[in-house]
Amino acid sequence: MTELRNKNYIRKILSQAPLILLFVSVLNNFDFNYLSLKYFSFNFSYILIFYYSLKKSEGLGYIYIFIAGLFNDVVLGTPIGLSSLMYLILCGAAAYLRNITLRPNLVKDCIFFLITILIINSLLFITLNYIFGYELSYVDQIINITFTFLLYSLFSNLFDFFENYFVGKNNAR
Amino acid sequence: METSRDDFVIAIRSAFLKKGTQQRFSLLGLIFFSIIFLILGSLNFKAISYIKIGINEIVYRSSFIVSGPENFIKDNYLVLQDHLNLYKENQKNKLELIDLRSKDLLNKFVILENKRLNNIVDDYLVESDTIFAKVLSDKGSPFLKSIILNKGSKHNITLGMVAMDGEYLVGKIVEVNYLTSRVLLLSDLNSKMPVILEPYGVFSILSGTGEDYGVIQYSKTYESITGKTIIYTSGVGDLFKAGIPIGIIKSDYIAKEKKVEFFSDFSQLKFVKIISFIKDDSK
Repeated sequence: MTELRNKNYIRKILSQAPLILLFVSVLNNFDFNYLSLKYFSFNFSYILIFYYSLKKSEGLGYIYIFIAGLFNDVVLGTPIGLSSLMYLILCGAAAYLRNITLRPNLVKDCIFFLITILIINSLLFITLNYIFGYELSYVDQIINITFTFLLYSLFSNLFDFFENYFVGKNNAR
Repeated sequence: METSRDDFVIAIRSAFLKKGTQQRFSLLGLIFFSIIFLILGSLNFKAISYIKIGINEIVYRSSFIVSGPENFIKDNYLVLQDHLNLYKENQKNKLELIDLRSKDLLNKFVILENKRLNNIVDDYLVESDTIFAKVLSDKGSPFLKSIILNKGSKHNITLGMVAMDGEYLVGKIVEVNYLTSRVLLLSDLNSKMPVILEPYGVFSILSGTGEDYGVIQYSKTYESITGKTIIYTSGVGDLFKAGIPIGIIKSDYIAKEKKVEFFSDFSQLKFVKIISFIKDDSK
């Protein structure tokens, strides 16, 4: 009985792992600055949101994504509501892809993800630069987009592995 | 074609308007909510400001806690990196230390050499006790540029002592009384002073003119001197210590009049310093 309860407890935690990971990533704002890598940055939140909206829509609730966006704005110091908007557009794009896809393919997902983050970052750049008067570096944006795109397939496989061997396994039991 | 457009619309509708199994809000609703949030926030709407303050409080504290593990990893990474670089840094420091030690030895040698050369060159290394004297009168006659001081033989003033205004040479004692003495200024017609013109190293004699400037005399090489020249005492003739600054020759004057502008303004003297230079016996 105790073992079962423990298992349920672990299962609950594991099922909430993407949400925990999302909030940790927005609050912690992974930067890897201490590695002294000048030309390296990626947006982990984008990868997580896109993957879970595409593959497992019940994993992250829209309302939580919205709140995570608000938190991200506070941490980054951008106008409040902007990150939420971008996250939700990303969710919308992922949901659209999910609706039109009959046979899922990682390459297609990656290409669609690239197009989506290009649109999102363009929107972000336009809004911040032309409406709110923030100075943004083109180079930093391009680096961020490139690494986010390149790391998508890696994280996608990691999330697949996690879902299949930890969450899925427990569900099957 | 029509079917494909319908599919697109259906997919978009489904993505943005349909609520998921556990979704309480539609995506489109939340997007609108975000835009409203953004607009009201940019207009400094009070309610949004309060929400922002509330979120700030939560987020800053949470961020500190959440960043704990990453900070721990970061700190350990830096410590590890320091340890890995320890050998390289030690080697670098060793080389630097050797270099600095050799420089220090060289520096010590230069200091000692400088002292030794000064001893050889200069006979008047040690200054006597300094006597400060008040200028009682500076109303010299047209034939004599001098000042009267309130100190005399009672205060150990002797003939030939040097009068200085700060670090600049003013003149020398030419008359000593019991309580007073007279200083012949460098600008006096009778004043002749062995000097050196730097940076050219030309020896010459500075003569007074009876005016507020001096002139350079008895030098054959001064024609070659161009540019700013500083005049110091040369120490020749064992009258004064070498290197006491006197005045400056501006480039305009050298070819024509050889005028020396004194550093000290003799008409403004209130106090002077009386000193003599005695031979260093320890040499």
